[in-house]
Amino acid sequence: MSVVRIGTGAGFQGDRIAPAVDLAERGELDFLIFECLAERTIALAQQARLADPAAGYDPLLERRMRAVLPACARNGTRIVTNMGAANPRAAAERTRAVVRELGLPLTVAAVTGDDVLGLVGDSLLTETGAPARALEDRLISANAYIGVAGIVEALDAGADIVICGRASDPALFLAPLVHRFGWAMDDWARLGRGTLIGHLLECSAQITGGYFADPGVKEVPDLAEVGFPLAEVSEDGTAVITKLPGTGGLVTRATCTEQLLYEIHDPARYIQPDVVADFSQVELEEVGPDRVLVTGGSGHPASGQLKVSVGYRDGWRGEGQISYAGANCVARGRLAAEVVHRRLADLGGRILEERSELIGLDAVAPAAARGAADPSEVRLRIAARCADEEAAERIGEEVESLYLCGPAGGGGVSRSSREIIAVASTLIPAASVSVRVELTERIEA
Amino acid sequence: MKLHEIAHARTGDKGDTSNISVIAYRVEDWPLIDREVTPERVARHLGGVMASDVTRYALPQLCALNFVIRGALTGGVTRSLALDAHGKCLASVLLEMRL
Repeated sequence: MSVVRIGTGAGFQGDRIAPAVDLAERGELDFLIFECLAERTIALAQQARLADPAAGYDPLLERRMRAVLPACARNGTRIVTNMGAANPRAAAERTRAVVRELGLPLTVAAVTGDDVLGLVGDSLLTETGAPARALEDRLISANAYIGVAGIVEALDAGADIVICGRASDPALFLAPLVHRFGWAMDDWARLGRGTLIGHLLECSAQITGGYFADPGVKEVPDLAEVGFPLAEVSEDGTAVITKLPGTGGLVTRATCTEQLLYEIHDPARYIQPDVVADFSQVELEEVGPDRVLVTGGSGHPASGQLKVSVGYRDGWRGEGQISYAGANCVARGRLAAEVVHRRLADLGGRILEERSELIGLDAVAPAAARGAADPSEVRLRIAARCADEEAAERIGEEVESLYLCGPAGGGGVSRSSREIIAVASTLIPAASVSVRVELTERIEA
Repeated sequence: MKLHEIAHARTGDKGDTSNISVIAYRVEDWPLIDREVTPERVARHLGGVMASDVTRYALPQLCALNFVIRGALTGGVTRSLALDAHGKCLASVLLEMRL
């Protein structure tokens, strides 16, 4: 029975490159998948593209491609990635230039159609219930989470490297399985299982021991050299999750269970563009060292609607921080916060939302869970969402002036401000989105 | 006993919603976790805005619970002013719960 070997080259935009190279060289992979788009990344990429029409794709695209392409070409490993972000065409063009420079015989495809800015005007935003068009000129992007169709078409046409923008994360992994096994697009159980495999693999090291270690309780061997995962997938959609020998980390029932439940909400209804996946009956079995067999995934018919991520300008964010230590540091930190708060009063309605907290005391844990003991040092942090850049700058200015005009002994000021690109969601009919594949001619070595 | 002694956990997020898993290390501890770690107790433990809308899903074959808390992240990751805008620390905070 044929098995498809599929590995993860990245689980977010800033992920490490070396483990991907290791997989490309030693993984005997059929497919290497780079998932590089978080919920907010696409809106920031659209902002970059607005500033420069040739930009808007993943800043690490060229470095990643340069690092893995020689081994991928040598081993017949094909690549699928959403590194195209807001500009898959430009990303494909840049990749093609790298391919040409390296003298490799590879075909590059761009998948477009996820940009639906022109289609969402009347769609109601989940968060506010108002139509997207009410955001007027603050609206900068709308990207639909597209499914496997375009990627499968590109792979069927012989593409070695498929670059898309906002596809759903598991679809990047499901598409090669649909392509290779010829799964029907109404075989909901298999599509559900392929989605399960994609979901388990999509966050790279989060299933191989990354984001898992808790010293004394959950030990992870050689975390500094944690390897990225791969799956050996059978035609019926069952899979073994594993990693390369000699890499750090571990694959166990526990690492797989944490990743299984990561961000999915209702395990029986994980809504995806091609299927509503059902993880509620999944079984995980350790069948060898760093080998976990995954069975029991299923699925139900797709909803016929696509989720759309809408990006819009939402004011400016200013922040300042300063540290207090030693005797009475909590009280001095609180006084400093009060001073800054009063100094900002003249900004009035230009401050839309403000918060201050003492890091190490009340910054991260919810109120009900906080301990009472005073720490030996605290860091005051004041942040505000403001209507304009000048008001946002004032937050840091007022914190900085605490050096000479605030409570005793404050040190180590840092300050920043930046524009806020907020993200909202809406749904559009899947049938209204037209996905296109642009295949470049094969570049002969 | 703290929940931390018999379970591990991870937080994820989507928009303004937090997703916290709680997983028993050993099968024999599952009945206790299933019985004690209710949506009401999670809401009380986390308090504040976190307590507003807690849904619980159980996967007994994995000895795991999945909690979905809507409106938990002060507007979501790009807009939130919170230091931990993703709410990534919440799973560890939940493991402080006393059973």
